[in-house]
Amino acid sequence: MKRKLEISELIFKILSYLFLTIFALSCLYPFVYAISAAISGRAAVEYSEVVLFPKDVQFEAFKVMFSDNLFWNSYANTLYLTFFGTIWALGVSLLGAYALSKKRLLFRKGFNFFLVFTMWFSAGIVPQYLNYLSTQRVFNAVGIKDDKWLVIIAMGMAAMNIILLRNAFEGVPSEIEEAAVVDGATEFQILSKVYIPMCKSTIATVALFFGISRWNGYFWARQMISNPNERPLQVFIRLKLEEFTDPEQMAGWNKIYASDSIIYALIVCSVIPILVIYPFIQKYFAKGVNMGGVKE
Amino acid sequence: MKKSIASDYLIYDESRGVYTEDPEQAVRDDVEKHQWLGVLHTIMRDWRLYLMLVPMILVFLFWRYFPMYELLGCFKVTDDVKPVAEQFYKGFSNFKTLLSGNTSISTDFWRAMRNTFLLSFYGLCFGFPMPIIIALFFNEIRSNIARSVYQVLTYLPKFMSTVVMTTLVTMLVKQGSLTTNMGILSQLFVKLGLITSEVGNAGLLNSPSFFRAIYQISGIWEGAGYDSIVFFAAIIAISPTSYEAAQIDGAGKLAQMKYVVLPSILSTIVIMLISRIGSLLNVGYEKVLLLYNKDTYITADVVSTFAQRYGIQGSLKGIASAAEMMNNVVGMLLVISANTIARKASDVSLY
Repeated sequence: MKRKLEISELIFKILSYLFLTIFALSCLYPFVYAISAAISGRAAVEYSEVVLFPKDVQFEAFKVMFSDNLFWNSYANTLYLTFFGTIWALGVSLLGAYALSKKRLLFRKGFNFFLVFTMWFSAGIVPQYLNYLSTQRVFNAVGIKDDKWLVIIAMGMAAMNIILLRNAFEGVPSEIEEAAVVDGATEFQILSKVYIPMCKSTIATVALFFGISRWNGYFWARQMISNPNERPLQVFIRLKLEEFTDPEQMAGWNKIYASDSIIYALIVCSVIPILVIYPFIQKYFAKGVNMGGVKE
Repeated sequence: MKKSIASDYLIYDESRGVYTEDPEQAVRDDVEKHQWLGVLHTIMRDWRLYLMLVPMILVFLFWRYFPMYELLGCFKVTDDVKPVAEQFYKGFSNFKTLLSGNTSISTDFWRAMRNTFLLSFYGLCFGFPMPIIIALFFNEIRSNIARSVYQVLTYLPKFMSTVVMTTLVTMLVKQGSLTTNMGILSQLFVKLGLITSEVGNAGLLNSPSFFRAIYQISGIWEGAGYDSIVFFAAIIAISPTSYEAAQIDGAGKLAQMKYVVLPSILSTIVIMLISRIGSLLNVGYEKVLLLYNKDTYITADVVSTFAQRYGIQGSLKGIASAAEMMNNVVGMLLVISANTIARKASDVSLY
């Protein structure tokens, strides 16, 4: 039996569609505008003639960007940081979470508290800065001159992600582990052959969290990496923005594209890789939020 | 080895050939009886497990707990010349400087405290209900394809980094006259009469009275769609029979909202609300740092950016640490009390 829609339901439905359409378009619009502004001619951008579609199309801004070695360098650095940073953080988290998920671990509560306390209380950025400076000295002394490795090893660990993994491991039935023990598997084999395959989707989610936070990392990379050739993309974008919104530096601008177009081109370049992999990773992201509930 | 129902809780203790309920109890017994060999045996039996813990412990010790030691610099007068460890304790002088209220640094600190609280409080008032409303709206859309399109589009901004987001915001509201260079959003606001053209000309981000609005709106724009996932999951878990029962009783849409939907997602709302209150003083300093400037310190400067300016750019590390110490201790008290309330109210512990 098909029920007739009541008036209140109808109004609510219309309201939903209206609101969501406006919100979704407002989420999409800045990206479209960024693309249009990046490829429009100078006069069109400066005299605000670009609203949605590009005008007097030029690709000079992109060409200039692509011929900039520092741009490619920063891109490569970001990929490097994301790749090795994710592997390092995930590896440490997997081992720690596996040990924490075992009830036979002594002082388990103590280790858990050791982790969780860092979520309650953080030292703040000035003490962290001093700490990273001394770490940098130690790293330089042992021969790690590349500040990228300081960022990879010292930063980006998250207690929350370890707890997500621990909860997933705790959900694996102990019978399966016992079967593996009977077959003579060692601890490391149990982790790699039983637990990791069984918690694949949680691990993917956590890896994604680590990866995204590495890709987006800005503040500490800017503080700690002084060599311009080692800067990641986010720092590069910010420095360009600071340079290009400074009226004194922009006074003698005489290119065929507007100075804004460079910034928009940079935004487009940094967002496109994420948009490309977005459809593949979206489901893991949605999943991660639902796992947020944490138990002691 | 015969398995009992309670096997999840019983642990086979090899060293004594019995099942015990609590491995630590066994160790405590051994300690009492001074049988240290038994303790050692229990640890050696699982040495691989403890080995696995080592990297994690080291990482957290070096880069989470050592900074807490450095935080003790707030009780010292520190400068760039000597490392914190080599300086002497000066008691609470840094705290006195911050709290006394006579110096400019103290005025700045109180301003930063106030801004920190206000930014999070407004976030709680405006940012928190938004995902719930969006989740309710998502629920109205019956067509799966249409809903996925809306979802994909509204999650999109979440995937941008803070830097890209703030760069976009800066460009969209940048200064200029209506005909040249003004950001496209500023133009729209001027035309709608939301802001005067003088404010638009000077740039929205240079005007202190608009900073909080920009911060909140960009936050909602960035996160509301993505944050709605958890509420939407709670809504679709409601059984259709509940709605049918309500309809048979003659409930209209509003009544269904009130008596079916809200009670069902209330626990989710409470949990999210409490976790939000717990992180009330954790303002995203990166975003503030990227959006504020000299002209907007009045409304934008938060404790972390205050500490960054005085302690990292400047050399008043002791004072900056003292400011962060106060902020973080209050923050921790908030987290712990929020967690206690959560445990009491809903049997769900956040941490």
